[in-house]
Amino acid sequence: METIATRPAGVASKVVWVIIAIIGAACLGVIALRRGEPINAIWLVAAAVAVFLIGYRFYGRFIELRVLQMDPGRAPPSVLRNDGLDYVPTDKWVVFGHHFAAIAGAGPLVGPVLAAQMGYLPGTLWILFGVVLGGAVQDFMVLGLSIRRDARSLGHMLREELGPFAGVVAMFGLLALMMIVLAVLALVVVKALTHSPWGTFSVACTIPIALLMGIYLRWLRPGRILEVSLIGLVLLLTSIACGAHVAATPVLANLFDFDAKALAWLLIGYGFFASVLPVWLLLAPRDYLSTFLKIGTIVLLAVAILFAAPDLRMPAVSRFIDGTGPVFQGRLFPFLFITIACGAVSGWHSIIASGTTPKLLANEGQARMVGYGGMLMEAFVAIMALIAAASLHPGVYFAMNSPSALIGSTVEHAAATISQWGFVVTPDELSRTAHDIGETSILSRAGGAPTLAVGMAQLLHNIMPGERMMAFWYHYAILFEALFILTTVDAGTRVGRFMIQEIAGLVHEPLKSTESWIGNVLATSICVGLWGYFLYQGSVDPLGGINTLWPLFGIANQMLAAIALMLATVVTVKLKRQRYVWVPGIPATWLVVCTLTAGWEKLSGPISFTVASQTYEQAMLAGKLMAPAKNLAEMQRIITNNSVDATLTAVFMLLVLTMCGFSIYAMMKAWRSHIPTAHEAPRVALTSVASQTS
Amino acid sequence: MNMKLAQLWHRLVQTARLSCGIPDYDVYVTHLRTHHPERKIPTYAEFFRERQTARYKGTGGRCC
Repeated sequence: METIATRPAGVASKVVWVIIAIIGAACLGVIALRRGEPINAIWLVAAAVAVFLIGYRFYGRFIELRVLQMDPGRAPPSVLRNDGLDYVPTDKWVVFGHHFAAIAGAGPLVGPVLAAQMGYLPGTLWILFGVVLGGAVQDFMVLGLSIRRDARSLGHMLREELGPFAGVVAMFGLLALMMIVLAVLALVVVKALTHSPWGTFSVACTIPIALLMGIYLRWLRPGRILEVSLIGLVLLLTSIACGAHVAATPVLANLFDFDAKALAWLLIGYGFFASVLPVWLLLAPRDYLSTFLKIGTIVLLAVAILFAAPDLRMPAVSRFIDGTGPVFQGRLFPFLFITIACGAVSGWHSIIASGTTPKLLANEGQARMVGYGGMLMEAFVAIMALIAAASLHPGVYFAMNSPSALIGSTVEHAAATISQWGFVVTPDELSRTAHDIGETSILSRAGGAPTLAVGMAQLLHNIMPGERMMAFWYHYAILFEALFILTTVDAGTRVGRFMIQEIAGLVHEPLKSTESWIGNVLATSICVGLWGYFLYQGSVDPLGGINTLWPLFGIANQMLAAIALMLATVVTVKLKRQRYVWVPGIPATWLVVCTLTAGWEKLSGPISFTVASQTYEQAMLAGKLMAPAKNLAEMQRIITNNSVDATLTAVFMLLVLTMCGFSIYAMMKAWRSHIPTAHEAPRVALTSVASQTS
Repeated sequence: MNMKLAQLWHRLVQTARLSCGIPDYDVYVTHLRTHHPERKIPTYAEFFRERQTARYKGTGGRCC
């Protein structure tokens, strides 16, 4: 059934697409084949644009016409249930902007930076092909399914198509993912602010600034978001400028100088209070500011890369693909595909693609642009983050991202170790970089944000030179990432609290009420306690925390993506379109294989949590202390943490396997049926509704 | 030309507000007038407050 009339392509259009294909192939050829000499970042940008255009035009359209069979003449939920508020037919560019602002977060900026330890080539290839064949397919298909089901959520669709128990299993998976996301993001902030009075001061300033904005929006000029955001932006920039003076004045600097442990406690406390306060006071204004700043900074990064056109100084493929890398452990397969989640395939997007976006689309013909196109944009952000990291001096990159357990805590020791790895760097270069960005040290600041900030600062400094400007840009980038991570922590704690109350409601009905104060405080404490545990564990971790927690986060996020793609696979079969089952089926299988392999390696084998905990246990039995533990209590804590992480990994694996079982069962049943069994809402012609309502 | 620019600006403001969870006020007012003439039309400030609270009630929302 061809529901969208396909125009025969003209000669001119064919010629254009052939040219795009040739340019793309040439750029990819240059990236893949040139070795030993640095290549310019523009090759990467051009290759990405060509691959994305071709993917969007051909594969995206194939999915639109054949697999989802989107029908522009069919009335979408926005028209059928138009209430002027949640369900409103909206201009497609407005929907696109809203969708992109909702999906783009810190994820695509962190993963690619960490993965740069393997060189820029593996990450680039995974982002380019992962997004075209997996990530964008997931976003687009979930959006397409939701729009045919009254804009229902992912959880609802899972219950409907795979059975109620599958829905409950997915709900627990989602909660666990959420806690890991919050912990790992908060840890990124901790790593960026450790012993950085300048950064800590400017991030702390965002709290009074947000309160001021909240009061302004509530009473002085209600609803003037743009106005108040501009005021907020000016105040933020002022706070960055003041931060330099704070850092330079020893008395003030002492007040804002914290170690990782103290920062973790501060964030845990902040998370609790921020999510029980009324939203208009702190959360909402911070959210507005971070939304605009995020889009602005992404544009700024794009401009900086295009104008500075840096050379990539990281090798194409580094020796660390063998699994011995200092940033995260594990070989290229499966850990590259776990480390870069957001940007290539992000499970979290399936929540948004089945949230507000399907309620806004004015017709099904626009779903490809928003769903598939929006994800391609995010992949582009990931490519830019990768470029920013790969254009750094590799020695500086490894100094920033390796734990102090490996490189020591002095520049001399770090430079010697990193030079031994084959990335020659002098202690002087490391100290100078720290001095340029206005910090005392750049060593062991894993987590992506500081690395990206240094990369961005150098790029911006290239096109806008000036005394002390690099330090300003560095702290601007840190502030921007911290700002939207804190927004996520705040909003996420709130969402987590509702999820916990919903689960508690299954056991004891009254706990479900979100209005009850006891339920609120109790659920918030549980939620903060859950992510706080992992955050604290990460902040005292001998390997720096990110090393341990990021793989857990990657496994969880890819697990959700696998679940969403399995749903899409099942529905494709249920619609009796099983000849296209490979479209969502291949990425689903790939993600299941990656998460299970990574999970298994984290459960047994040399880099596993289990072995780590056993090693410490044996040492303890023999009465010996092992670094970095300094006493028996610390030894015990390392053992407990590793056991918890191992258990969690096992739970994630069990979840994936259970969902696999449900999917295969539903698919086999649907395959045997002679009629379509999917739960689609009946078709209503757009013309019939339009004539009634107008 | 001015019409085009004004329209573009309107779209940009609409996108920016929607990204913060505030839908178009004029669209809502038009909707109320055509479909629910009996209901009271909220002021922009009331509308804004209601939407602000509604945004952080449910699940979903933003990405990592």
